[in-house]
Amino acid sequence: MTGAGSAVPLLAVENLTMRFGGLVAVDDVSFTAYRGEITAIIGPNGAGKTTVFNCLTGFYRPSAGRLAMHRDAEILQLDRIEGFRIVRRAGIARTFQNIRLFAGMTVLENLIVAQHNPLMKASVFSLAGLLGLPRYRAAERAAVERARHWLDRIGLTDRADWLAAALPYGAQRRLEIARALCTGPALLCLDEPAAGLNPRESAELNQLLLGVRDEQQIGILLIEHDMTVVMGISDHVIVLDYGRKIADGTPAEVRADPEVVKAYLGEDEIEVARDERPFIVAPAKAGVQGRAAGNPGPGFPPSRE
Amino acid sequence: MTAASGLAVDNSVKPRVFWIPLLKDAILAALVAVFLALPLVGLQTYDIGGGALGIRTHFDWVAIAGAAVFAGRLALRFLQQLYRPRPAGRAKVFATLTAWGNRQVLPITLAGIGFAVALPFLPFSSRYLIDLGTTVLIYVMLGWGLNVVVGLAGLLDLGYVAFYAVGAYTFGLLARDLDFTFWEALPFSGLVAASFGVILGFPVLRLRGDYLAIVTLGFGEIIRIVLLNWAPVTGGPNGIGGIPRPSFFGLPFARSAPEDTTTFNQFFGLEFSPDHRVIFLYFVILAMALLTNAFTLRIRQLPIGRAWEALREDEVACRALGINPTTVKLSAFAIGAMFGGFAGCFFATRQGFISPESFTFIESATILAIVVLGGMGSQMGVVLAAILLVSLPEFGRAFAEFRMLIFGAAMVGVMVWRPRGLIAHREPTLRLGAASR
Repeated sequence: MTGAGSAVPLLAVENLTMRFGGLVAVDDVSFTAYRGEITAIIGPNGAGKTTVFNCLTGFYRPSAGRLAMHRDAEILQLDRIEGFRIVRRAGIARTFQNIRLFAGMTVLENLIVAQHNPLMKASVFSLAGLLGLPRYRAAERAAVERARHWLDRIGLTDRADWLAAALPYGAQRRLEIARALCTGPALLCLDEPAAGLNPRESAELNQLLLGVRDEQQIGILLIEHDMTVVMGISDHVIVLDYGRKIADGTPAEVRADPEVVKAYLGEDEIEVARDERPFIVAPAKAGVQGRAAGNPGPGFPPSRE
Repeated sequence: MTAASGLAVDNSVKPRVFWIPLLKDAILAALVAVFLALPLVGLQTYDIGGGALGIRTHFDWVAIAGAAVFAGRLALRFLQQLYRPRPAGRAKVFATLTAWGNRQVLPITLAGIGFAVALPFLPFSSRYLIDLGTTVLIYVMLGWGLNVVVGLAGLLDLGYVAFYAVGAYTFGLLARDLDFTFWEALPFSGLVAASFGVILGFPVLRLRGDYLAIVTLGFGEIIRIVLLNWAPVTGGPNGIGGIPRPSFFGLPFARSAPEDTTTFNQFFGLEFSPDHRVIFLYFVILAMALLTNAFTLRIRQLPIGRAWEALREDEVACRALGINPTTVKLSAFAIGAMFGGFAGCFFATRQGFISPESFTFIESATILAIVVLGGMGSQMGVVLAAILLVSLPEFGRAFAEFRMLIFGAAMVGVMVWRPRGLIAHREPTLRLGAASR
C-alpha cells in the first residue's frame, strides 16, 4: 500500500457483506483507509457505496464481516457500537448524499449542534448551563471559536447568522462538511460532496479536502462520481461494482484497469473520452450513461440506489 | 429606476376590468349557492299532526340567496380587480409590523409583563376580568409547556391534557389522603407528570408525525378513562372535592380563621374581601407562567435545547452527529409534561374540585391550537394565541349561539393570513456577534 504511515491502518474493513432479504448490496468487500490519506470509493450507481458508508456509520448492522477502527492503540469493532455513539467513540463523522442540514437553524447553530457531546458534558445535565456557570460559558466560547475556525475555512463567516436553508447549494455542501469536521473526527466520510457543484466550487472543494487531510492528519473516505475530484485528490481508489470490489489502487492504476473501464462503459461500446479529462466523459452521469449505452448483458438488475 | 418611481408608474395606469370572467365567476358562485340552498333553505319540514311531517317550500328564499351571492361575488371580484396591488400592500404591512416587533422584543415583553402585573389594580378591573386573566394564564402556561414538545422538539402531541390531569390528580390525592397543601404538592405534581411524560415517551420513540399524534391521542384518552373508572382511588366521575386553597406564606384566605391561625386580612389589617384570594391566585399563576417562560428561553440556548430543535429539523443528521435521540426525545417529553403537571396542580387548587370532565380531548386540541396558531416555537405567539382563543369565546357571549362560529372563523382567518402562525419568527439561539451583517 502506498500510504505515508502505512504501518497501521486507520480503518480496516474485512469481508463486509450486507444483505437486504435476497439482495446482496455489498458482497465480501475488504479495504483499508489510512490516517492522512484520501480514499475514494467509486462505482456505477447502485454499486453499494452508500451502503458501505451506512455500515461504517452505524445506520446499518452488517450481515457479515469485520469493521475495525484503530484509535490510540485501541481497536474498536464498529458493528458492536450503537449507531449514534460511533461519532464519539470511534471518531467517524459523515455527510449525506442528499444534504441533511438543520434547515431552520442558522449556519452557526448547525456547527454548534455538531459539538453537542462536549457541550452537554460541560453543562452537567444542563444544570451548569442553566445557572450560567463559568465552566459552561468557557465551553460554549470554545465551541463558537471552533465553529468560527471552520466558517473561515469554508468562507461562510459573514453568513454565520443566516438560516442554513437560505444558503446556495454549494455553500450548503461546504457547511455540511464543516459540521462533520466540528465533531473532531478521525475519519471523515463524504458521500458525493461534489455533486451539483460547478467546476470552480469543485476545485475549491479539492483544496479544502487536501488542506483538511494535511493539517488535521485525519483519514478521508470519499464517495464521488466527479472524476476530476476523485483523480485529482485521492491517494487511493477503491472501485465497487454490484457490491463487489473490482479494483483497488492508486488513481493511475485504477484508471488503467480494464475491469473498471468495463464496469463504467459497458462491454461492447467503449467510448473514447471526448475532452482532456483522462477518464470518463460526463462524470456525474458516467455510471448511468455507460450502462445505458453499453450492452448490459443478461440478468442486469435495476439500479439499487 | 427606484422602487418608489416604479410604484408611482403602477398607480398611474388605470386598472382594466375584465367583465366576462367576472360575470362567469359570479354566475358559477350563484349556482353553487342555489344548489346548496335548495335542500337547506328551500325545503322546510313541519308537523302536520299525528306524527306526520309536511314539507313547505321556500323557493323565493333560494332565489334571494342566489341573487345575493351573485351580487356579492361580483362586487368582491370587481373590487379585487380594481385594487389589485392590495394583497402585496397587506403583506407589506404585516412585514413591517413583524420587523418592528422583532426589534422591540424587550420593550414589548416588559410592557406585557407590566400590564399583567398591574391588571388587578386597574380601574376597569373586575373579579370577572381577573378570573378570565387567570384562565388565560393557565393556557399560556400549558401552551409554553406544549411548545417545548411540539414547537421545539417537533413531536406532535395530541394528548397533552393527560399531564395536566396527572398534575391535578396528584395534588388532589395528596391533599385528600395525606393532607398536603398546595405548595407542598406542587413539586410532586411536576415530578409525577414528568414521569408520565417519560412513560409516554418510551413506546413512541420510533414514531413521528401523524403516527405519534395518534398514539399520544390514545394516551390522553387512557389517562382520562382510568381516572373515570378507577373509582376507589380517583372518585370516578364524582372527582375529588375539598381540595385546599393556597395560602399566602402560611396565611389562609378566609373570613374567620380557626384557632391559633391568622388570616391574610387579619395579618395585613385589611377588611376581608373574597377578591384577595382571586387576585392572589392570579399572581401565583402569573409567576408560574413567567418562570416557565424564563426556563424555556434559557434551556433553548443550552445544548439540550439546540438538540431538540435539531431533532425537529433532521433526526438522521442528529444520529450522525452523535446525538442520542432517545434521551433528547425523553427529556423534551419530560420537561413539557412537567409544566403541564404544574399547571394541573394550580388548576386543582383554583377550582377546589377536579373530575375527569375537565380533561377531555377538546382541552388538548385547544392547547395545541394555541401553539400552532401562535407560531410553532414562539413564546410570544403562545401568549397572543392564548389571549385570542380563551377570551374570544368570552367576548363572543353577546352573540349567543354564533359564539363558536365566530371562534372558528377567527381560527380559519388566522391560518389563512398567517399560515405559519401569528409570530413565525425564530430568534437564533446565539449569533456570531460583530461578524454578522
